Amino acid sequence: MKRIEGVAKLTGRERFVDDLDLGEHLWGATVRSPSPRGRVTAIRFSNDIDWSEFTIVDHVDIPGNNTVFLLEDDQPVLAADVIRHLHEPVLLLAHPSRDAVRRAAKQVEVVVEPAEPYFDFRVAPDPQQVQRGDDNLLKRLEINKGDVEAALAAAAHVIEGVYETGAQEHVYLETQGMAAWVEDGVVTIKGSMQCPYYVVKAAECALGLERDHLRVIHAPTGGGFGGKEEFPSILAIHTALLAMKSGRTVKMIYERAEDMAATTKRHPSRVRHRTGVDEDGRLVAQDIEVVLDGGAYQTLSPVVLSRAIIHAAGPYSCDSVRIVGKAILTNSVPYGAFRGFGAPQSQFANERHMDVVARELGLDPVEFRRRNLIGDGDSTATGQVIDDGADRVGVMDLALDRSDYAGRRAAHVDFNATHPYLRRGLGLATFFHGAGFTGAGEVHLASRVAVTGLPDGRVEVLSASTEMGQGSQTVFTQIAAQRLGYPPADVQIAVPDTHRVPDSGPTVASRTSMVVGRILDDACAALGERLGDADLHGGALRAAIIAWHREHPGATLSAEASYRPPPGVAWDEDNYRGAAYGAFAWAAYLAEVEVDLRTYAVQCTDFLAVQEVGHVLNETLARGQIQGGVVQGIGWALLEECTLRDGAMLNNRLTDYIIPTSADVPPIDVVFVENPYAEGPLGAKGIGELPLDGPAPALANAVADALGVEPRVIPMTPERVMDLVERVATDG
Amino acid sequence: MQVHLAASFDEALRVKGQHPDVVPIAGGTDLLVQWPAAHALHERAWLDLSALGELAEIRFEDDAVVLGALVTYWDVIQDERFQVLPLLPAAAATVGSVQIQTRGTWAGNIANASPAADGVPVLMAYDAEVTLASTAGRRLVPLADFYHGYKQLETRPDELIESIRLPLRTHDFEDFIKVGSRAAQAITKVGMAIAHSEAGWRIVANSMAPAVCRCRALEQLVESGEPVDSPDALMAGIRADVSPIDDIRSTAAYREKVFSRVLYHALLPFCGSFS
Amino acid sequence: MAESRLEICFTLNGAPVTAQVSLRHRLLDLLRYELDLPGSKEGCGEGECGACTVHLDGIPVNSCLVPAWQVRDREVVTVESVVPGDIARMLDTGATQCGACTPGVVMTARWIEANPQLLERFTTRQLMAGNLCRCTGYDGIIDGLEPPPDAEDS
Repeated sequence: MKRIEGVAKLTGRERFVDDLDLGEHLWGATVRSPSPRGRVTAIRFSNDIDWSEFTIVDHVDIPGNNTVFLLEDDQPVLAADVIRHLHEPVLLLAHPSRDAVRRAAKQVEVVVEPAEPYFDFRVAPDPQQVQRGDDNLLKRLEINKGDVEAALAAAAHVIEGVYETGAQEHVYLETQGMAAWVEDGVVTIKGSMQCPYYVVKAAECALGLERDHLRVIHAPTGGGFGGKEEFPSILAIHTALLAMKSGRTVKMIYERAEDMAATTKRHPSRVRHRTGVDEDGRLVAQDIEVVLDGGAYQTLSPVVLSRAIIHAAGPYSCDSVRIVGKAILTNSVPYGAFRGFGAPQSQFANERHMDVVARELGLDPVEFRRRNLIGDGDSTATGQVIDDGADRVGVMDLALDRSDYAGRRAAHVDFNATHPYLRRGLGLATFFHGAGFTGAGEVHLASRVAVTGLPDGRVEVLSASTEMGQGSQTVFTQIAAQRLGYPPADVQIAVPDTHRVPDSGPTVASRTSMVVGRILDDACAALGERLGDADLHGGALRAAIIAWHREHPGATLSAEASYRPPPGVAWDEDNYRGAAYGAFAWAAYLAEVEVDLRTYAVQCTDFLAVQEVGHVLNETLARGQIQGGVVQGIGWALLEECTLRDGAMLNNRLTDYIIPTSADVPPIDVVFVENPYAEGPLGAKGIGELPLDGPAPALANAVADALGVEPRVIPMTPERVMDLVERVATDG
Repeated sequence: MQVHLAASFDEALRVKGQHPDVVPIAGGTDLLVQWPAAHALHERAWLDLSALGELAEIRFEDDAVVLGALVTYWDVIQDERFQVLPLLPAAAATVGSVQIQTRGTWAGNIANASPAADGVPVLMAYDAEVTLASTAGRRLVPLADFYHGYKQLETRPDELIESIRLPLRTHDFEDFIKVGSRAAQAITKVGMAIAHSEAGWRIVANSMAPAVCRCRALEQLVESGEPVDSPDALMAGIRADVSPIDDIRSTAAYREKVFSRVLYHALLPFCGSFS
Repeated sequence: MAESRLEICFTLNGAPVTAQVSLRHRLLDLLRYELDLPGSKEGCGEGECGACTVHLDGIPVNSCLVPAWQVRDREVVTVESVVPGDIARMLDTGATQCGACTPGVVMTARWIEANPQLLERFTTRQLMAGNLCRCTGYDGIIDGLEPPPDAEDS
């Protein structure tokens, strides 16, 4: 099925929030802290501006709680006096002229009495840098399996390694934007977002309004990748505050420089490995520490940390595993959700380390994985027994065959021996990704989807899942059409509007097709039951719907379904043991690089992504998800350096934050292996985030193969590669 | 904000003479970057040159090519006659993207005086001369003498660039290398243009100094035939000619090292003195 | 000399237009906020992302870098000139996901398709490098332009 809204997007008709006709409205702008830490002692307004023309909002104007409702009530909507990061929002302005409000925001001086900021999460804070507990620890989690100390002591070899990943900026092509207005006592917020119900809950808390006086509507969203999971709640509240105070419609659109400097990014990480192997190269102990820069406010850091440690030991079989995870409070601009959500960071480290271990043992990286990939009946680090019938070694072998791995490596050896300055290499990564919320998360979400039969016989799907390019509208149409026996044109997907749709949970965690799609499937089945016959299908169903409406004029014919946890999935949240996810997708990615020793630049010249995903619901959409995710991963691994100063992005423009262009990446070859997952709709597993976990380690392993160096930090910029090569040259 | 819409180049010169502070604009690809936030520029008076067709001409003469001030990168890429000056279309194709190449002008690149300018190095390697015009007349300034420091141009306040003249010579060696942060749409981190003709060696460095510049010590080194057995052997000449810095895009150490390696490998196949 | 506003005439999507343009407006602002043509998008404001790409006298430019008053007496074509029949192949290959980069992508793509001789000197990937996309990884876009390898010339 072709993308439902594809024609609208390809002809420029799809209207994003900044394209909407809102009538007369004000433009909003944000005044931010110029200092990373301290107390606000004064706010000075320039005399050059007639401030009576402006709506001005500060923390005193917040009717509810000055808190961004999320996991912990630590982040204010607007700073009252405590400043914890550079660019922290302090004041809001609105004016009919966008230019005037932009200029005015620069004419407000926020005076901050500075305190000693803390930025390097890898080093313990000085006493005057401590801002939480006695060590700035935000969260600590631990996974234990077997006896890792004993296993390390008994191991034939112990190999250590430390790996670091930098922040990553989302660069959704549509920047953050919201519009808000008050009408008949209802505050309506419309804009670019992934989670309307996150926004409405945050708005309830900060605006002190009940749900029926709030309405949140999703506007077509130009990319999210997690950057519009939790951050939009802040912008939504800001816009609503200005609308409430001015009595006018207000629109706030972040310009790219502000978006890059002041909004969330992927958590930087440092991961330490101590790995024990026996004489046969089998893993006997994995001792891992994952540390994340938690930024100035918690946001979703504990959940990112959770996913990071659950994936930190990789798709391998090992009897003794200890994974300690820590998120550290710093004065950096808060970090947040970004596609992969901790798993890319920890799996970069693990997959890079597996190659290091293999090399230490004199084993081919492929052979090492062949001996250690988790088999059916083995358990993960949390003790989850894997028995889904997926052939993980087979996925790897498929990748090796298709890429002519052995032949290519031999050719590279010859090439590298003769070329004056080019070196080629091939790198492998085998990895996994759990879809849906961890453990009992989906139970807590208690997501719901409704399907209504319309008077003309068509049906409408009501869910809070948002389209941001991943194809949810199309997949939902497909699922409903198939279940009901309807032509796709007769299935309508309702705009996610909190006054109309039930809470289907957030559009995150690779759960939309697998979890929400399954609930939709159940809701469709329930529609027939609602009409008295569960087997109603196609024309008969349509006739029944029409007949029902004739008998009940003006009434609503609706069927709803809610999340049903798969049987036998038990998770111990206190001890971090058990079944973390209902399903894992399994993958093997191969990257080929060419390194130019004149410039030390790494070019990705070929890429193969093989993954087992249960069932492919829509070939074009699924392939697009993998290709797009892979290219984001290539960018993170090779190009995307966040240069921070005072904890905020200094290179906050697209000229200086380098994402891949079409000329920087090869065609991405994608292969799907099917192995239906019983709980997913039509057997599908979630795939949205999986492709972020593989590219970075595959590329690092390829660079190691090409140059005989051991990269441990990404991005592998030419400057870093130069240092690696020089170090080897001087160390001999 | 004020805009002068010049109907002729003479009128433009009159305006520039009377209002030296006016900002001349052709394609605008440098001047309009992040325009909404560029409040200071909104207060200036502007002189629009974009409609002056007389400045858009490319003229091939017997012994020279003359590019009018409005000639764009794309104009040169599209014009097959530039096979005689192949570094020009080669460099033009590395500027930004197609959308920038269609608007950016060679004269604008000279006037913007970025240390990382991509058009200037190849023009300089070809011994370009810039015609500066004012109501008082014309003067020809070699591009190699055009910059006196970071963003310090030879141009007087009442002058505008009218054209760029490139002598037509036979070259037995020409190369242009741009090292950026990615394959396209990249600001140059390290760049060079090299040419050899009977007029001698031209080695021009990009992003290695406050302005694009000729590397006289390196030119002499290559001219002399003194043996060069590794990139390191070029370092003394590099340090005499340029002074790369650490900035948001790269480091001095990287620039210096990469410049030496790129230059070495560029000349290795051609110069007998290189081994 | 113009101060504050200037009246200009130009051709827009094939039709003559007269507009009072603010001197401080870029072509992108004129299209989006004065002429109700919000198809062209502002992704960066600095000519890096190409989401604002339009045709000026038949060639692609970043409309965020063109002063509005510079299009006087010239021809501007925007994504609003595109009809569904023009983009059928791109729909099939997954050239669009979130849609934010798409208008710019389509405008550059249409220019390439109208000028096939460009592909004798440049690859499609090189010509499309001025249009950043964060969703597709580019294959869906590139495949949407190139004819399939085994296509017959019709």
